[in-house]
Amino acid sequence: MDTETMAEETRPKRPIRWHVGVFLAPAVLVYTAIMILPLFGTLQLSLFRNIEQHQVFVGLGNFGTLFGDPNWSVNFWNALRNNVWFFIIHMLVQNPIGILLAALLSSPRLRFAAFYRTAIFVPTILSFVIVGFAWKLILSPIWGVAPHLMDFVGLKSFFTAWLGKEQYALTALSLVSVWQFVGIPMMLIYAALLSIPDEVIEAAECDGVTGMAQFWKIKLPLILPSIGIISILTFVGNFNAFDLIYTAQGALAGPNYSTDILGTFLYRAFFGFQLQVGDPNMGAAIATIMFLIILGGVCVYLFLVQTRLRRYQF
Amino acid sequence: MKTKLLTALLLGTSIIGTTGIALAEDVTLNIESWRGDDLTIWKDKLIPAFEAKNPGIKVVFAPSAPTEYDAALGAKLAAGSAGDLITCRPFDKSLELFKKGNLADISSLPGMDNFSPVAKAAWQTDDGKSSFCVPMASVIHGFIYNKDAFDKLGLKVPTTNEEFYAVLDKIKADGTYIPMAMGTKDLWEAATMGYQNIGPNYWKGEEGRQALIKGEQKLTDPQWVAPFKELAKWKPYLGDGFEAQTYPDSQNLFTLGRAAIYPAGSWEIGLFNTQAQFKMGAFPPPVQKAGDTCYISDHTDIGMGLNAASKHPEEAKKFLSWVASPDFATIYANALPGFFSLNSTPVKMADPLAQEFVSWRGKCKSTIRSTYQILSRGTPNLENETWVESANVINGTDTPEAAAKKLQTGLDSWYKPAK
Amino acid sequence: MSTATRSLPRTIGAHAILLTYTVIALFPVILVIVNSFKSRAGIFGAPLTPPTPKTFDLIGYTTVFGQGDFFHYFQNSLVVTVASLFFVLLFGAMAAFALSEYRFRGNTLMGLYLALGIMIPIRLGTVAILQLMVATGLVNTLTALILVYTAQGLPLAIFILSEFMKQVSDDLKNAGRIDGLSEYTIFFRLVLPLVRPAMATVAVFTMIPIWNDLWFPLILAPSEETKTVTLGAQLFLGQFVTNWNAILAALSLAILPVLILYVIFSRQLIRGITSGAVK
Repeated sequence: MDTETMAEETRPKRPIRWHVGVFLAPAVLVYTAIMILPLFGTLQLSLFRNIEQHQVFVGLGNFGTLFGDPNWSVNFWNALRNNVWFFIIHMLVQNPIGILLAALLSSPRLRFAAFYRTAIFVPTILSFVIVGFAWKLILSPIWGVAPHLMDFVGLKSFFTAWLGKEQYALTALSLVSVWQFVGIPMMLIYAALLSIPDEVIEAAECDGVTGMAQFWKIKLPLILPSIGIISILTFVGNFNAFDLIYTAQGALAGPNYSTDILGTFLYRAFFGFQLQVGDPNMGAAIATIMFLIILGGVCVYLFLVQTRLRRYQF
Repeated sequence: MKTKLLTALLLGTSIIGTTGIALAEDVTLNIESWRGDDLTIWKDKLIPAFEAKNPGIKVVFAPSAPTEYDAALGAKLAAGSAGDLITCRPFDKSLELFKKGNLADISSLPGMDNFSPVAKAAWQTDDGKSSFCVPMASVIHGFIYNKDAFDKLGLKVPTTNEEFYAVLDKIKADGTYIPMAMGTKDLWEAATMGYQNIGPNYWKGEEGRQALIKGEQKLTDPQWVAPFKELAKWKPYLGDGFEAQTYPDSQNLFTLGRAAIYPAGSWEIGLFNTQAQFKMGAFPPPVQKAGDTCYISDHTDIGMGLNAASKHPEEAKKFLSWVASPDFATIYANALPGFFSLNSTPVKMADPLAQEFVSWRGKCKSTIRSTYQILSRGTPNLENETWVESANVINGTDTPEAAAKKLQTGLDSWYKPAK
Repeated sequence: MSTATRSLPRTIGAHAILLTYTVIALFPVILVIVNSFKSRAGIFGAPLTPPTPKTFDLIGYTTVFGQGDFFHYFQNSLVVTVASLFFVLLFGAMAAFALSEYRFRGNTLMGLYLALGIMIPIRLGTVAILQLMVATGLVNTLTALILVYTAQGLPLAIFILSEFMKQVSDDLKNAGRIDGLSEYTIFFRLVLPLVRPAMATVAVFTMIPIWNDLWFPLILAPSEETKTVTLGAQLFLGQFVTNWNAILAALSLAILPVLILYVIFSRQLIRGITSGAVK
């Protein structure tokens, strides 16, 4: 509704553009009622503290505790560090592999393309329950699938209980997550590559630009906006991630908190765990910080990256 | 358009909802629980037994997964959609619910006098004046072993530490079996089946536990570091890659006959009976020297309380009184061997392994897990930290002394014992 | 049409890479399914071999079918997923069109507002959402789930769709306007068909988290009548932690419907993608 009045103010000479409101209204209504209001209802809890069963306003006190009290801050920085590493692995492994697969798939007259495309996307449709369970089994030293396979290619000595070692667990889980989600960048880039008009490619071929050179010089610049989208989606997804770590390592994100990311840290604080009683106020404080981190990233994308990307209309 | 549809939908469903209730004659009570494993026992044995005696009351057992139980229950209680009867975790978790007004005071419930003060202590306010859950069962820690394996290797059940390690060495030297089935991946195995299992022998059960609460002992004292030192010695006797071995892995290793000894809680009995193809025995945690008094962890683990917001408090109380009765205790303890009734009336149990566990109550002094009462109220949470540090000690990434120091420092940061 | 001559080695190379990755992608899934047909000793003894007459065992499936009404759970999941998907795509495309097509004050702000939802896990709003559902009497109805999933899916749908809608040629739309078409007709007749590939992509992305969600079914609709497949499978896992036959069977059964849905859907998805590209 606001948008209409705003529109009116901007261009007073034009009639009210009701259709803008009609297009926006259903989404805005549902979204505001079911998502935004409950979420901000929760986030404002971060300014309160439960004292003797009463919510008392403490301003930024909870944030002071989060950053000042080593019992919280050590865990927070640990989770943030782990989360950054989790994100780096996705950016360095998941997205390049996704682009590579999409580029291969989109090459004309490739046989079995439909089969590959369908098969590679399969992990993405699986629930975390299945992914967590299946990979725990595969990497389990007792069940012996991974050691067996590594023995097969003569690498047995490199096998170790990855999920149980502090130095490997997070990387191993990040790679499992990459395995699961590589289909998303692949599909988005694939759609972008397919929508490049044939004329453009033909013109390039007339000029003798083919193969790798064609990809780097012609296609890549054209799909840059889509690469922008997958990067920001990866960023948002990674900093909101929770389920995989939770199903594979439990809420304590062992061993020794080495796989603790912001999502699991938040879950423990907000809902509690075992004897630990949940603290919605501290949980909300952590959620607010997570929100600000992600908001920062998205703003950088929206205002610095997206506006500078050249878009081509076909 | 959307709003109309929405209103129509909202209206439609609420009408159906209310008429549904209006037409129903029977009162239906919902039980919230994390014990999905017990679903069939409730469905086939317990609930029919109650419903037969109480016509007009229907009971539905609606468990959620243990990992989600507390969070889901908290949300449902806050919004007012939780079941009438709440399965209670021991001590602070339930105390917190009581303080928030989610659990009703049931101190005067008929049948509560069937329980000793010790049994009730897990679900009472600190001053012991109000009770909010009916005690259902306790679990006992010890070791379950593969009798066939022991016979084959000519091993005797160990009673002292020295004998314990001698047995483990022999199994290891023989090589047929993994000496001990335990992993550190899930953390809680290390803490619960390890630290809390053998610990009471060192800190002398209740004596040490109470002294810790009073602040007279510290976790860095020798009697509290000693269990960690023992755990550190377990490492060579565990299976390859135990760092990534999960709790179900350990259970399967043992029940498939690949491991000889299983550091256990009595709750395993039911499952092991159905899965293991060999004879099993059990022994209590070994003592330091022959002739020492033995201590066991006999932990009050599960109770049931009344949702203060229940629409049918009278019927729910009737059900709780029945849970407090010897009838219930007999069915429950026999259907779930290893969950020992807390009822003062002795319960006859048929299962030999369960009898073995419960017989230690006569020989040894009982205590509960050291971290449960009062000490896990603050941040960092002592129970969670004990999980993490016990696993670290077995993995060898922390020394026993360092682990104990971390726990004590964490505790000191918020806990000020009453002087 | 492209007249590229592709050298043989390059084609082989492409197939080698794709095939390797396909194996990596499918191996865990196949492993779960293959082992679900074996006895417990077979699973542990030789996890990599297919079931032999000696290790073949359907005990897992018998256990699963003896418990709970998985077919009914499946229906619930289907209703919730399809309905939410419909609303997300319709409302999302409409909003995305408004954002990408019209310049009005607050456009960027509105875009940011609608993107807020992808930055905070909706799980945090649980208590408030549950209170809302209790107040409206929607607890233990599929409607509650559909509402939540619609709200949850919208931000991402709008985010992706508006990016794609910006690529739709202005000339086309202006030609439509000159012909006297209303803005609604332009949207439904001209623009929507052109962004079909993006719609299909969004559909897949929206469908997955809805189908696989565990949390909201557990909180909002845990009753027997409204249980979804994922919740049923999870409860089952809790109940049979150590019964790997049953777990693997349940997991295989949970994989199967999504797999079938996806294979059906992926045809549409690709048809959409290619038709959009050829235009």
